[in-house]
Amino acid sequence: MSEKIKSSNHRQSLPGPDDIHREVLPNGIIVLARSNFNSPSVSISGYIHTGSLFDPDEKLGLADFAASALTRGTAKYSFDELYNELESVGASLGFDSGLHTTSFHGRALEEDLSLLLGLLSETMRHPTFPKGEVEKLRHQLLTGLAIRQQDTSDMADITFDEILYRGHPYGRSEDGNPDTIKAITRSDLVKYHQRCFGPRGMAIAVVGAVEPKRAVDLVQRALGDWRNPDQPEVPSLPELKLLEETVKHHFTIPGKSQADIVIGTNGPRRKDEDYMAASLGNSVLGQFGMMGRIGKSVREKSGLAYYAYSNLSSGVGPGAWTVSAGVNPGNVKKASDLIIKELRRFIKEGVTREELSDSQANFIGRLPLSMESNGGVANALLNIERYDLGLDYYRRYPDLVNAVRPSQVLEVARKYIDPDRLAVATAGP
Amino acid sequence: MPKTFTKTKLSNGLTVLLKEIHTAPLISSWVWYRVGSRDEVPPLTGISHLVEHMQFKGTPNYPAELMDKAVARDGGMRNAFTYLDWTTYFETMPADKIDLALRLEADRMVNSLFDEKEFSSERTVVISEREGNENEPMFLLSEAVQQAAFRVHSYHHEVIGDMADLKTMRREDLYKHYRTYYVPNNAVIGIAGDFKTPQMLARIKQLFGGIPKGPTPPRLSRPEPEQRGEMRVTVQGPGETAYLQVAYRFPAASHPDFFALSVLDSLLAGPTNLNMFGGGGISNKTSRLYRALVDKEFAVGLSGGSTTTIDPYLYYLALTIHPKRKPEETLAALDAEIARVQNEPVSKEEITRAMKQARANFAYGTENITNQAFWLGFAEMFASYDWFETYLEKMSRVTPKDVQRVAREYFHSQTRVIGTYLPIGNGEAK
Repeated sequence: MSEKIKSSNHRQSLPGPDDIHREVLPNGIIVLARSNFNSPSVSISGYIHTGSLFDPDEKLGLADFAASALTRGTAKYSFDELYNELESVGASLGFDSGLHTTSFHGRALEEDLSLLLGLLSETMRHPTFPKGEVEKLRHQLLTGLAIRQQDTSDMADITFDEILYRGHPYGRSEDGNPDTIKAITRSDLVKYHQRCFGPRGMAIAVVGAVEPKRAVDLVQRALGDWRNPDQPEVPSLPELKLLEETVKHHFTIPGKSQADIVIGTNGPRRKDEDYMAASLGNSVLGQFGMMGRIGKSVREKSGLAYYAYSNLSSGVGPGAWTVSAGVNPGNVKKASDLIIKELRRFIKEGVTREELSDSQANFIGRLPLSMESNGGVANALLNIERYDLGLDYYRRYPDLVNAVRPSQVLEVARKYIDPDRLAVATAGP
Repeated sequence: MPKTFTKTKLSNGLTVLLKEIHTAPLISSWVWYRVGSRDEVPPLTGISHLVEHMQFKGTPNYPAELMDKAVARDGGMRNAFTYLDWTTYFETMPADKIDLALRLEADRMVNSLFDEKEFSSERTVVISEREGNENEPMFLLSEAVQQAAFRVHSYHHEVIGDMADLKTMRREDLYKHYRTYYVPNNAVIGIAGDFKTPQMLARIKQLFGGIPKGPTPPRLSRPEPEQRGEMRVTVQGPGETAYLQVAYRFPAASHPDFFALSVLDSLLAGPTNLNMFGGGGISNKTSRLYRALVDKEFAVGLSGGSTTTIDPYLYYLALTIHPKRKPEETLAALDAEIARVQNEPVSKEEITRAMKQARANFAYGTENITNQAFWLGFAEMFASYDWFETYLEKMSRVTPKDVQRVAREYFHSQTRVIGTYLPIGNGEAK
């Protein structure tokens, strides 16, 4: 397969060892670069090893607050000056904080890549958290939380996490809540940043109209002298205590015309052996075509929902395997029953050879599409780095996908899904 | 960038736009029909969108499940959209698999079943889609603003249609709508990607050329009379956050002023991203309105944008009101900023900046084939592909004087509609 790809130079092929440039800078930053000269644009994407796992309970949302505040003013630029630099050239830069990592994404025309990397460095290393800007941001975050409180989909997700991950750091909402956001001081932000931000283990992908060598040089110039010898390790995770019976919670939001349902259980970690089997099983269950078996049952046959699908969310720690649907408040029970019925069938019968082969073909066939944009390739490169998949992962991918057998899907389904021990979360009137 | 673009009209009236792009082994195909929510009258509002849904329910040759499965197995992506002026269906496939998409689209241009039983479950799917929309304050507000802005023109109602009509429409109504509008002489097909034009054109002729022409369906067009005075609407609903929408009347996309207005939009609220896929992401934190409204804490968020339509439509500003402000205060601050752009000429630098933002958005948009194929037919729906190809050039000719003129001409308080969402309380967990 790779033979064929190499021979067609004019085409974007799947990334592999021959066209991904990976280099570790002396301070530990991992640079992944891949060229694409089809459009005069460049995407950057990456992460550093700090996130909401560091948040104290009473200041939940600290990492998220800090990530949002990075662009609010730095040693060199005010908030307005910084965005003026970016927006004047049609570039963008943003930060997101997760549990284990804080990630960043940016894009620019290739002539402005150096500027973009300079601003990335400036915001990550020299934020000043100006008092006035912090207060403005606090109001924006609080308004965001008030809006979230009214969103049936968001609240069903949050309620689900609280049930599945009770007593576990994954059960906490990374955005915090109004009380914790109000409790965070400017000094908390400054201290958190000083302590936890650092280059060790940082990864950055640079994809687009730039030669890999130059991409590395530009990252080196912008971030090569960043040091934080005291950068702490991200706290380790406690064991997840599994549910002993089905637990149901409803979050009431009066006046809404639709309710959201999230039903599910825990799932594998991304690095677990059975991840691929679970992922293919999930496709059959609630993704393939028009949202798999779940879509067929809840949407196509019963007409109960505009969206009804399953999702496997697998990262560093214990994953979540969920089914979500948005339905009329009067149909919550009916839809939930149909979903649980499908879960029972899934662990009883597993998937047929044909269903599995459909999803396998889909997984392999859709790869080129998922990588047509620079951002898509950048994500793929980071995925490789974060989960040690190997630079040849996407070249080996068809074999990895095709190696999964129906019996393995059944096994992984039974390992994780117990229809009598589910987290059932709903939000709506 | 090397490219081959051709535009052909088949003898049955089907317009075919082809653009070779050999950057990735992918092909994206879009079929557009000149029908949208503006072609609907009560009690059939929302019928174009429902017809779009039923187009996924199968033909004798391609039962629904088979279509879904075939495209998904090949790793393709497919979807459809219904809007004010048009309805479109697309597939993006690995280049060697595109034939499936072409066969499928030629087939469902004429052979869709509109099965009664399928329709009855799809009706409730769309009702559920509408109920999901109604959960959002911004949807409720923009629906009210749109209805106030168009009393006569059929841009009056939301694309998804009114609940009353969704509940009562019949299968026969849908089928008639389908047969009336889904004729080759009312359609445009745009394909971009890794193919050779002569072969592709020959295959299109083979598959679509035999579909008989129908009477060209008329477009419903009842010009909106002049608005004589500012209109205000209020929507009340759950929550604790107030929102404000201000809609100004904008010209058709084909109007020469559209480009000066695009520059003005960039200055006021940040650039509108017209790409369907890719592009965008440029923030608006140094736009005039962000500086005046969000930095000054009249609002916590702001967006603005225009739409490319056949007939004059609206330019929307949407604001999330700061918790310590009243919507009136925010509106006054907005008005002061609008007055400034009307009274003081903008600088050349600001225009250069808007240009660069537009150029960046276009570059981001060309990263993906799907988006490039989208533009072929999309531009034909309200102008022609030339509109897209000359967009940056037309924008670059805009002068500070033009911007001031269009600011004065289109940003009138007498012809705007103001919508306010007033929260009636919060929902607490029980």
